[in-house]
Amino acid sequence: MKQFQYVIKDPNGLHARPAGLLVQQAQKYESRIELSRDGKSASLKRLFAVMGMNVKCGETVEVVAEGPDEEAAIQTLEAFFRENF
Amino acid sequence: MTVLYGKGVSRGTAWGRLHFLERDTQVQTKREAGDPEMEVARFDRARQEAIAQLAQLNVESKAKLGEKQSLLFEIHQMMLEDLDYRESVTGMIRGEKVNAEYAVDQTAAQFSEMFTQMDDSYMKERASDVLDISRRVIRLLTGQEDTSLTGDEPAIIAAEDLVPSETARLDREKVLAFITAMGSANSHTAIFARTMGIPAVVALGDKLLEEYDGKEVFVDGDSGEVYVEPDEETASRLKDRREAEKEHQHYMEQFRGRKAVTPEGRHIQVCANIGSPADLEAALAGDADGVGLFRSEFLYLGRDSFPAEEDQYQAYRKVAEAMKGRTVVIRTLDIGADKQAEYFHLPQEENPAMGMRAIRICLTRPEVFCTQLRALYRASAHGKLAVMFPMITSVDEVRRIKLLCAQVREELQAAGEPFDEHMELGIMVETPAAAVISDLLAQEVDFFSIGTNDLTQYTLAVDRQNAAIESFCDRHHEAVIRLIRTTVKNAHAAGIWVGICGELAADTALTETFMEIGVDELSMTPGNILEVKAKILDR
Repeated sequence: MKQFQYVIKDPNGLHARPAGLLVQQAQKYESRIELSRDGKSASLKRLFAVMGMNVKCGETVEVVAEGPDEEAAIQTLEAFFRENF
Repeated sequence: MTVLYGKGVSRGTAWGRLHFLERDTQVQTKREAGDPEMEVARFDRARQEAIAQLAQLNVESKAKLGEKQSLLFEIHQMMLEDLDYRESVTGMIRGEKVNAEYAVDQTAAQFSEMFTQMDDSYMKERASDVLDISRRVIRLLTGQEDTSLTGDEPAIIAAEDLVPSETARLDREKVLAFITAMGSANSHTAIFARTMGIPAVVALGDKLLEEYDGKEVFVDGDSGEVYVEPDEETASRLKDRREAEKEHQHYMEQFRGRKAVTPEGRHIQVCANIGSPADLEAALAGDADGVGLFRSEFLYLGRDSFPAEEDQYQAYRKVAEAMKGRTVVIRTLDIGADKQAEYFHLPQEENPAMGMRAIRICLTRPEVFCTQLRALYRASAHGKLAVMFPMITSVDEVRRIKLLCAQVREELQAAGEPFDEHMELGIMVETPAAAVISDLLAQEVDFFSIGTNDLTQYTLAVDRQNAAIESFCDRHHEAVIRLIRTTVKNAHAAGIWVGICGELAADTALTETFMEIGVDELSMTPGNILEVKAKILDR
């Protein structure tokens, strides 16, 4: 199991289009990938679920990946977050 | 003959046959599915075709309507790919052994209800996205052709309301006007009609009957009146009105291309107020001497995230280049809690008119402000741009703004990016405070532009939108005129120019007063420019 934490810098938080791109990235991996904030979590591969979390600027999220390609998944996703949020 | 009364949201008149758009919101009947797996396959095929259609629409609408509208289609595609959505449909098909249409319809209702229940206003809006994509899938399942919504003949389009995926399917050559039962001045229908330059009347309510389909109709986008099958007398009256309009236009034309010079020899710039690059055509056609107010909100509204610097730069640059050396004054973002920009996450306010809006947002969120400033400075290299800041009430605000501008200039200089070092920085005088201390403010900026709409509201303490107190709102109130006079006097004493960009600029009853006060520039809706030039020149 691999994970990372991230503080959202983007004033928009995690809304529709960027959330969609994030979900697309997560779906490339076999591992189970969860996004959580304040104890609530959802699969990072599900757009409606991610949107529903309504992650805002300044909030800290945790991404956890578990599975055969968890290493690669975490690396890519962390870079993605840094670049886009 | 029937006369319908609605809200005119896009000016002009049109004659033609009414064409009602089909509404595919029929509730889908539940049928038993003999072979659930076949239904699942049907659903999946329709789903994938819907995605392909959206991809196509995305490409088309980027070209026709711009990035903002096409973003919607990308989101729709992603929603159709979502596993939760798909599993809801397929789960229902297999679990309850029902037909695909019904399962999609039910899923749509469930998901949109879920969004409607959320307490975030941005999320509430996503409900209509889910409904739109589901309707598209159902249309494909039921075999309704997805061809153009317009017929062979040009027609006046009528609908309950119009969503982007419908306007994207219209053949623009065949649309004479829009009339809808719902909608407002800022709804998609209104904005689309104004962009296309065709008349539109919205908010006709339940008086807009489907049985009018095919009938001869006259639409007045200014008064908001719609005449269904006008009788001979009315028809001839309406035709007379159009004739009079044409004659007046002819009279106006003699002033085209002329400078509005007063008898004393002062040249008053008569300019256009625009809301997006799409309005440029109207500004140039209206014979504008320049752009006195370019509202930048279009970059921030109707989307779900902040616009990127590059997108802003391209929009400002486009207008700068199109105006070929004529001054374009761009106003920095003037959003408030009463405008649709959920991603700003502005707190709900008792008093949005006097709350966290415009420059207050910019100074509280400098990262958003600086993005806009950078884009503006970069665009200044391509024409004659000026920037003005809304809702100013103090010298301190202006100094803070100027510091940020200096910072941006330094950054651009260090990066070797070209910009106009002498780009004028001005302020909107739209609060009583600004007018009263205009002598102090005039020392700090290159120009003023008087926003008479808000200035009147704040000075008279009257909400212009409140019909009940309309009689208390004297638009020519002496208090406002005096504030304008003081502002102009103080501006000229400090050697800076003053313009008026509010509604009063186009008010020909005040043109002579403004000439006498010494206003340097009047900026208004493009359609009124020739009218005002005529008033100044025709003596």
